[in-house]
Amino acid sequence: MIALTCTGRVLRVIYLGAEALVAEGEFLGYEAVFKLRLRKPYRVPELDREIIRRRTLTEARLLLALRELGVRVPAVLYVDPVEGLIVMEKVRGRTILSAASSLSRDELCSAMSKVGVELAKMHKGGVAHGDVTTANMVLTDSSDVYLVDLGLAKHAEDLEDLAVDVHLLIRVLESSHYAVKDEMFKCFLGGYREVLGEDLTRAILEKVREIRLRGRYVEERRLRSRTT
Amino acid sequence: MLVLGIESTAHTFGVGIVSDEPRILADARYNYVPKVGGIHPREAAESFISNAPRVLSEALRSAGISIESVDAVAVALGPGLGPCLRIGATVARVLAVYYSKPLVPVNHAVAHIEIGKMLTGARDPLVVYISGGNTVIAALYGGRYRVFGETLDIALGNFMDTLARELGIAPPYVVEGVHALDRCAEGGRYIEMPYVVKGQDTSYSGLLTAALRVYRSGARLEDVCFSAREVAYSSLVEVAERGLSQLGKREILLVGGVAASRYLVEKFEVMARYREVELYVTPPKYAVDNGVMIAWTGLLLYKHGVTVEPERAYVRQRWRLDSVDVYW
Repeated sequence: MIALTCTGRVLRVIYLGAEALVAEGEFLGYEAVFKLRLRKPYRVPELDREIIRRRTLTEARLLLALRELGVRVPAVLYVDPVEGLIVMEKVRGRTILSAASSLSRDELCSAMSKVGVELAKMHKGGVAHGDVTTANMVLTDSSDVYLVDLGLAKHAEDLEDLAVDVHLLIRVLESSHYAVKDEMFKCFLGGYREVLGEDLTRAILEKVREIRLRGRYVEERRLRSRTT
Repeated sequence: MLVLGIESTAHTFGVGIVSDEPRILADARYNYVPKVGGIHPREAAESFISNAPRVLSEALRSAGISIESVDAVAVALGPGLGPCLRIGATVARVLAVYYSKPLVPVNHAVAHIEIGKMLTGARDPLVVYISGGNTVIAALYGGRYRVFGETLDIALGNFMDTLARELGIAPPYVVEGVHALDRCAEGGRYIEMPYVVKGQDTSYSGLLTAALRVYRSGARLEDVCFSAREVAYSSLVEVAERGLSQLGKREILLVGGVAASRYLVEKFEVMARYREVELYVTPPKYAVDNGVMIAWTGLLLYKHGVTVEPERAYVRQRWRLDSVDVYW
C-alpha cells in the first residue's frame, strides 16, 4: 500500500474485479492504473499469499517481456509482489465487451482482427494470455486494440497453452456474444493467421478441437469413438 | 397438472411426482452403492432393473394416485451412463405407450438447476453445478443455460471420490452427509499443491496426481486431504467469482451432489458476503440425483409443449446443458 500513499492523491476505484481492485490515479506524473490483488478470505492464508505473490510477479514480468516483443499491453511503472500491487500505464478506451453492441459490423470485425494480431504476436513470443475475454480487450479511441489483465498469463509450455487461449475466446463468444460469435471468430482468425502463419494456426486450431473434445459431454466425441 | 418423472442417469433410480402448485407428491428412490470402487455401469443398470417396479409403485402409492391420473411422463434422457439411462428410458417409454401418456425428454443438468431454483426461490442466478460428473458455471442467457466455465478434465465430485478411494478412505464416499475427503481433512495443515485456474475453467486431474504423489512420498494423510480439498474448493469459488464479475449477477445457486458439502458452502458464503450477492444452496436431499427434479422440469417443458415420440426417445450420454432450449 506504500505506493498508493506515496502518490499523495486520492485514487479513484474504477473496477472491482473478481481478483483485483483497479483504480486510477497519478503516479510520478503519469496517468496510471493501480491494480491491487485482493486477499481472498475463502482461501487458506498460505495458499492465498502464494497465489497473490506468484501472479503479481508473473504478470509484471510478462508485461515487460511483451512490450519488448511489440505487443500492445500496458507499460509497467511499479511492482510490489508482497502487497500484490502493479502500477501501469493507463490505456484509454472501451472494452470490446461493452463496445460490441454499439459498433458496426465492420468496426467490430476490424477490432476482432486486431485482437487476432495482438494475440498472435503474444503467442509467437511464447506467451499465453490465460484469460482471453472480451472484457480484457481494450479498444482505444484511435482504434488500436490493447490486451489487458495479464493476471493469468504464463510462458507457454506447449501448443496446448496457446490453444487454451483460443478455446477461452470461443467460450466467451458463445456465452457473451452468441448472436455474432461466428462472425467475430472469423475476423479474429483473419488477424491471427496473418501473424502466426497458416501451419501454426492450423496446428493450434486442431489442438483447440482436441481440448473441446476432452471436455465433459461433447456430442462430437461419440463420432470419434465410433471410428476408432 | 401432475407429472411423473424418472431419473436413472448414474447411481440413483428415482421416481418423483409433482403438481404445478408447485407441490412434491412423491419422491421414491433406489440407490446403487458399489461394494468396492466406483460405479460399475452394468451392475448399476442391473440393480435398477430389479428395483424399478418397486420404486415406481412406491411413488404412486405415496402420492395416493394411480398412473392414469398422471398428465405426462418425464424422463432424464441424458447426460449420464448409457446402461443406466436406458433403464429409465425403457420404463418411461413403456408407461407412455401403455397408458397413452405424453413423454417429455428432460436434460438431467437442466433438472438440477430447475429444482434448485424452485426450492430456493433464486430468480436469475449464476449457477454452480457440481457433482460426480459435472463441474459447470452457467447462467441463463438468450434462452439457454450458457456455460461460462467448466472443468477441463475431471469433475469436482469425481476428483474427490477418486482421491478418497486412492487414499484408502472410501468407499463409502459420503457418510451422514460428509464426504470422506472433508472428514479426513480435519486437523490438516496446508502443503503446497498445484492450483489451476485457466480463465473461467478449472482442472482437477493434475491436483489429483500431485496429491497422491505427495501422499506416497510420506506426507500425513490429513494434510493431503486438507490441502487437496482447499485447492479444489478455492479454485471453484474463484471461477464462480469471475463469472459473477463478468456477468454482473447478484445471485449464486449451488446445485448438484457436491453442493451438500458444508465446507464448500462455507467458502461460497464467505465470497457471497463480501461481494454482497445472495447465495442459494439446493437442500441436500434434492441436490443429489432424484426423480422429483425430472418431474418438475418435465412439467415446465410439458407446459411449453415439449414432448417426444416414444420411438424417438433415445438416450443421449453426452447431452450438453447449453444445447437445451429453455422456454421459461
